[in-house]
Amino acid sequence: MTSDIVIRAEGLGKKYIIGHQSADRSNTFRDVITQNVKNFVRGARDMAQGKAIIAGDELEEFWALKNVDFEIKRGEVVGIIGRNGAGKSTLLKVLSRITEPSEGRVEIKGRVASLLEVGTGFHPELSGRENVYLNGAILGMTRAEINRKFDEIVDFSGVEKFLDTPVKRYSSGMYVRLAFAVAAHLEPEILIVDEVLAVGDAEFQKKCLGKMQDVAGQGRTVLFVSHNMGAIKSLCRTGILMKNGTVAHTGETQDTLDAYSRQLARSSEQANQRSSLHVERLVLDFNEVPKMKIQLAGLAVPSGTYEVRTFLTAVSGTAVGIGSVGGFGSKGLEIQNTQGKMSLSLELPNLARDIYLVTIELVDVKTHKVVSRLNLDEIDFAPPPLAGENHSLDASWGLGFNRLPLSLEMRD
Amino acid sequence: MTEQNTNEEKRDPGPRTLILESGLTEKNYWSDLWAYRELFAILAWRDVAVQYKQTVIGVAWAVIRPLLTMIIFTVVFGTLAKLPSEGTSPYPVMVMAGMLPWFLFSTILSQAANSLVTNSNLIGKVYFPRLIVPTASSIVALVDFAVTFVLLLGLMVILGALPSWQILLLPFFVLLAVLAALGPALILASLNVRYRDFRFIVPFIVQFGMYVSPVGFASSVVPENLRLIYSINPVVGVIDGFRWCLLGGQADIYLPGFALSLLVVAFFLWLGIRTFRATEKTFADLF
Repeated sequence: MTSDIVIRAEGLGKKYIIGHQSADRSNTFRDVITQNVKNFVRGARDMAQGKAIIAGDELEEFWALKNVDFEIKRGEVVGIIGRNGAGKSTLLKVLSRITEPSEGRVEIKGRVASLLEVGTGFHPELSGRENVYLNGAILGMTRAEINRKFDEIVDFSGVEKFLDTPVKRYSSGMYVRLAFAVAAHLEPEILIVDEVLAVGDAEFQKKCLGKMQDVAGQGRTVLFVSHNMGAIKSLCRTGILMKNGTVAHTGETQDTLDAYSRQLARSSEQANQRSSLHVERLVLDFNEVPKMKIQLAGLAVPSGTYEVRTFLTAVSGTAVGIGSVGGFGSKGLEIQNTQGKMSLSLELPNLARDIYLVTIELVDVKTHKVVSRLNLDEIDFAPPPLAGENHSLDASWGLGFNRLPLSLEMRD
Repeated sequence: MTEQNTNEEKRDPGPRTLILESGLTEKNYWSDLWAYRELFAILAWRDVAVQYKQTVIGVAWAVIRPLLTMIIFTVVFGTLAKLPSEGTSPYPVMVMAGMLPWFLFSTILSQAANSLVTNSNLIGKVYFPRLIVPTASSIVALVDFAVTFVLLLGLMVILGALPSWQILLLPFFVLLAVLAALGPALILASLNVRYRDFRFIVPFIVQFGMYVSPVGFASSVVPENLRLIYSINPVVGVIDGFRWCLLGGQADIYLPGFALSLLVVAFFLWLGIRTFRATEKTFADLF
């Protein structure tokens, strides 16, 4: 290994065996009994061979990582991006030695600390002070190190008044602040961080981001997974894009982010090809009021009365809002002799910057049945700042999804 | 900053290259374990600190449980069944001297066997040598042991059965009890991660073991020709040792049996560590 490469992965793979319920599982008493007997026999056989027991009727191999190669140099700050299930977290788990790779190898030079969760090992019955020592030790700090940084940690967390209160009495905000404060004072040679910045209030987030920037500026090697593209952009110089367990792109952060948005666009195209209803064109229009303009084609429904609904959901699963034509007590939308095309325009004023999922449904008003459904994955909604401002609201700050229109009048 | 760096270098002389590969056994396992001694200490401290939180009588539980068990055993085995004690020592003291190591053994066994599952949140999120978890959980049992030991001393003073020089060798037998428990505990802990069936098996082993081991009665009750076979149970050697130490030589150690118990303890310890190390890298995948 040349001296300035601190992490090198070669042909890395991680396999899991997953089980599922068979699709044609019928529910008669006899079938349930046979299936249970079968599962029991399999469980006993697995146990005799020392294998793990997996729930489900059918087993399948699943490669969470496959043929992953990359090199990371000393002092590099690397952002790892990709969709949910692309293998980012598994990669971090392998690198932090929590789980063993199934194939390939990794060489790591230097002391690694991994931060896959804030407050790992916090015990609710123990006081804040005790938990600082406990959590610090779990993250790999020595007692002397914690003693030295104790005041700094407490200061950073802002919970000094409650240091001797059991953390089960803490508000969730205080809990997270104390937990992050400990983590922020880790000083390993290599730091591995998984999506932990998305906690606390906006002010605290800013503080965390600042702290991360300090760490990155000290010449430490940092691997950083986040869905917050803004944080990735401001912290990382290089990026790794993961897709289906493999590395799809490595390079400068901006190039990697571009590759990611191309991948997202392609995948929503592919998903649409499968259903007859599909998107011909999707434009985010940020002139004046931000709008999402969607041109749909392949609308193959019999003539009738329908409601068209558009659900907007944040990546975290939180429902943001619904747009509807023909619903909410109106008489519905008559569709006759359709040529299979439709244009929707969803106004999204004041919506915060984040990645959203959009679902379009066509509902028969009489039967209340969903006739057609279309999911648009991961739309990266990045509005420009409003007039005179230099930031646009980012959902990851935890302030919510909407800028609420506020006006003010000055009086003498 | 500079102070920090020199400190780190002191602990970790020169960055060594760590290689992660499938099935590769860690070369520096034991030195790693030593490097994580502070984590061991703090996890042990956590378990002790939390043990009696939100209980009304707190550490008194460590007294009440053995005291009541001792009274029942004395009544059932000593008074009703009229079994003989060791030499001239009072029956309650004899029972207590056997129960002390038994509670130590069984508490470690059940705590350590469950420890990986109760600490699964740690194991899934941070690396450390996993051996720390079950061994640290046995410290709680040692604290309870210390409390119960004071109870025994009080009992000895009241009943006038004072110990003699043999008690100086007690630390050796305490260590033996811990090792005897850790071997099977490590096997059960690793199995428990894969097959939660063992969660139900362990309490059964503990209950069963209490009657199979010479807790409520003296080992001298066992017929001479069966004593060697009886000593396959490693707890027999441990309890005999404890009684020899505490009853001032009233109880004899049956030497061939004791040697066999030592061998069984060593064998289970070896097997336990081997099983544990062979499976510990997969723990995080199984929770």
